[in-house]
Amino acid sequence: MAEFIMDDDQKQIRETIQRFAQNEFREIARECDEENDLPSDLLDKVWKLDFCSNIIPEKYRGHGMSRSVLNSLIMAEEFAWGDVSLTIGSLSPLLMMIPLLEFGTEEQKEELLSRFCSDKFFPATVAMMEPRITFSPFTLHTTVDISNDTMIINGTKCMVPLADRAEHVLVYATTAKGSGTASVEAIIVDKDTPGMIVGEREKNMGFRPLPLYPVVFKDCEVPQSKRLGGDRGIDYTRIINLSRANFCSMAVGVARASYAYALNYAKERHAFGEPIASRQAVAFMLAEAAMEIEAMRLLAWRAAWRLDRQEDATRDSTLAKMYCADQIMKITDYGVQILGGHGYIRDHPVEMWFRNGRGFATMEGQAIG
Amino acid sequence: MIDFELAPLTKELIKMDHEFSERVVRKYDRYYDEYENEHKDVKKEMLDKIKEHSAAIQAKMFSGEKPSDGVGLLMAVMSESRAWGSAYIGREATRMGLGNAAINAVATPEQKKRFENLFAAMAITEPDCGSDSSAISTTARLDKETNEWVINGEKIFVTSGHHCDAVVVWATLDRSQGKSAIKSFVVEKFRPGMQVCKREKKLGIRVSDTVSIVFEDCRVPYENILGSPEIHVKKGGFKGVMATFDMTRPIVGAMAIGVAQATLEFTKEKLEEEGFTFPYNRGLHELNTVQKAIIDMEANIEASRLLVWKAASMLDKGEKNSLEASCAKAKASRIATLITQQCVELLGPLGYSREWLVEKWMRDSKITDLFEGTGQIQMLIIARNILGFSREQLK
Repeated sequence: MAEFIMDDDQKQIRETIQRFAQNEFREIARECDEENDLPSDLLDKVWKLDFCSNIIPEKYRGHGMSRSVLNSLIMAEEFAWGDVSLTIGSLSPLLMMIPLLEFGTEEQKEELLSRFCSDKFFPATVAMMEPRITFSPFTLHTTVDISNDTMIINGTKCMVPLADRAEHVLVYATTAKGSGTASVEAIIVDKDTPGMIVGEREKNMGFRPLPLYPVVFKDCEVPQSKRLGGDRGIDYTRIINLSRANFCSMAVGVARASYAYALNYAKERHAFGEPIASRQAVAFMLAEAAMEIEAMRLLAWRAAWRLDRQEDATRDSTLAKMYCADQIMKITDYGVQILGGHGYIRDHPVEMWFRNGRGFATMEGQAIG
Repeated sequence: MIDFELAPLTKELIKMDHEFSERVVRKYDRYYDEYENEHKDVKKEMLDKIKEHSAAIQAKMFSGEKPSDGVGLLMAVMSESRAWGSAYIGREATRMGLGNAAINAVATPEQKKRFENLFAAMAITEPDCGSDSSAISTTARLDKETNEWVINGEKIFVTSGHHCDAVVVWATLDRSQGKSAIKSFVVEKFRPGMQVCKREKKLGIRVSDTVSIVFEDCRVPYENILGSPEIHVKKGGFKGVMATFDMTRPIVGAMAIGVAQATLEFTKEKLEEEGFTFPYNRGLHELNTVQKAIIDMEANIEASRLLVWKAASMLDKGEKNSLEASCAKAKASRIATLITQQCVELLGPLGYSREWLVEKWMRDSKITDLFEGTGQIQMLIIARNILGFSREQLK
């Protein structure tokens, strides 16, 4: 039976995270953007919400609660409403933890999952994107040569969150360039492994508090035991889809933030003796944003729902990704436009959401939940 | 809970509709388009088949099979599956006019039972009033001696007004009291004083008749009023009438999606014959303009469909859905209009030809952005709703 009403758990997740995002993210978002800062005490605060340990089975020292992709989207939307950079930074351990949970061998889970249940933020990350104009997650250029007992990684990655401090970097690389997603492996590379060179922190238009790094692999050699999932490997397409669904939900959160701010402004700002919202030219931008935010959310949720059912969600998440990337750009653009010249001034947050909005079309792989 | 899976019964009904459309409806679609108003007595064998199919659908729909989706959602989904076959043939055939949706939304259980088997059209627009339905001048007066409503006035653009069994008519009890005095009445075709006059010639949906109806001292029983007969000036009796739109707007949105989906499927099939493929696992730089256009269309259709489903299912849960209903209709109708236009272009000279149905689908889909409130009226409703503005604050 099709229906679209949150259950009590989901409502509670939404309310809890919304409150948290308001108090902890929204308050400091602008300052963090100006300072390019992801405060480490914030990471610990978010960590205490147990977003990792909750869904890790008890035998690996987690709380063994059931995992739902859809619920993680509800959480991501609220966090991102507060601030998307702080969201991705805080949740970055999931980038490695989720693939490990889904595809890791028993030995790998035994060894690594308990670290995600520790009291302090455990930095771990993922390297998927590569610095070239024509990048697509479906065609990776980074290679891994798997011989008898070692693996050698070569290639250049970019936009790797928290690479400077990550204990492990999960690297996506292909065994045969040009042969599609089936040839993609996920390799766990530990901090300070020779041949893995973390570069200077990237400077991007938006997502400024989020520490993103280029990472170069030059004949980086790791043992076979670091191949996620062992001989079974991973379902790389599912990982892309998971990330896309989560990104879409974060796009909804950012769109909502911009829309709500512009709506309030349009009611308060008077011109020619009435609120500017009394003009259709302004009101219709807001109406369109309201309509599209709902559409974005439903598309993202459907991809998540499909992923929860362990079905192929490639079509759903690709359509959602393209759609949400277009809409978030439009809606955050409207946000600046409605504020007029004031929207261009950094006293207001709409220009920040506008810069962040553009990133959703580009970024792949940095959002898994 | 959040679940995107339609009930097995609903899926079965969609399948029945699609099979029937391919076997019968699509074959006659062009014919009815070309002959417009002269078709009435021509294709009896088709009408018989449609009646048969319609009876089978109705029997299945009300078989009591569990689990089932809510009636609102079911009506919306069926509106799409019918429109996939033909924007309007199926609608005429399954006897689900917009009046039926209105009855379903606001009628009492007694009324629902009494009007259950009627094919009901909707009469709102008048020669001098379109989107501003508060300016309605058709009157309804209560004759206390006979306990009947006496209706006088003229309605235009009544969709299916010729083929229907009854019309849901919007009329005012007292023009001086503005929109709160506007009520809707079920007027069966056999009532004296009701006369269908003009049949319009249209851009599209030519299979469906569009007529003018004149009411001259047309009498209906007191019990044929939908909703309360009281004029609540403060609380807005008009809202009772407007509530019918909460049901009809998702249905019109669904109809738009059905036509857009049919057009897109056909276009993809023809392009595939030309060697195009439509993969979902390619980066932007690996897609050509045709592939990108098709993927964007698919995303827009999915987005609109989910808006329609959500708006319709909210009604089933007893939630207020005016905002969502307008969003669903505004989005779905607009994208259907654009998608069908784009598909005609993508198919080159063949798309423009009347050999194929694509050009017809483009003409047909345009109506969805016009009736039951134009796209611009929907945007006004949405904007007023989110801003908390009155008509005076946002004109």
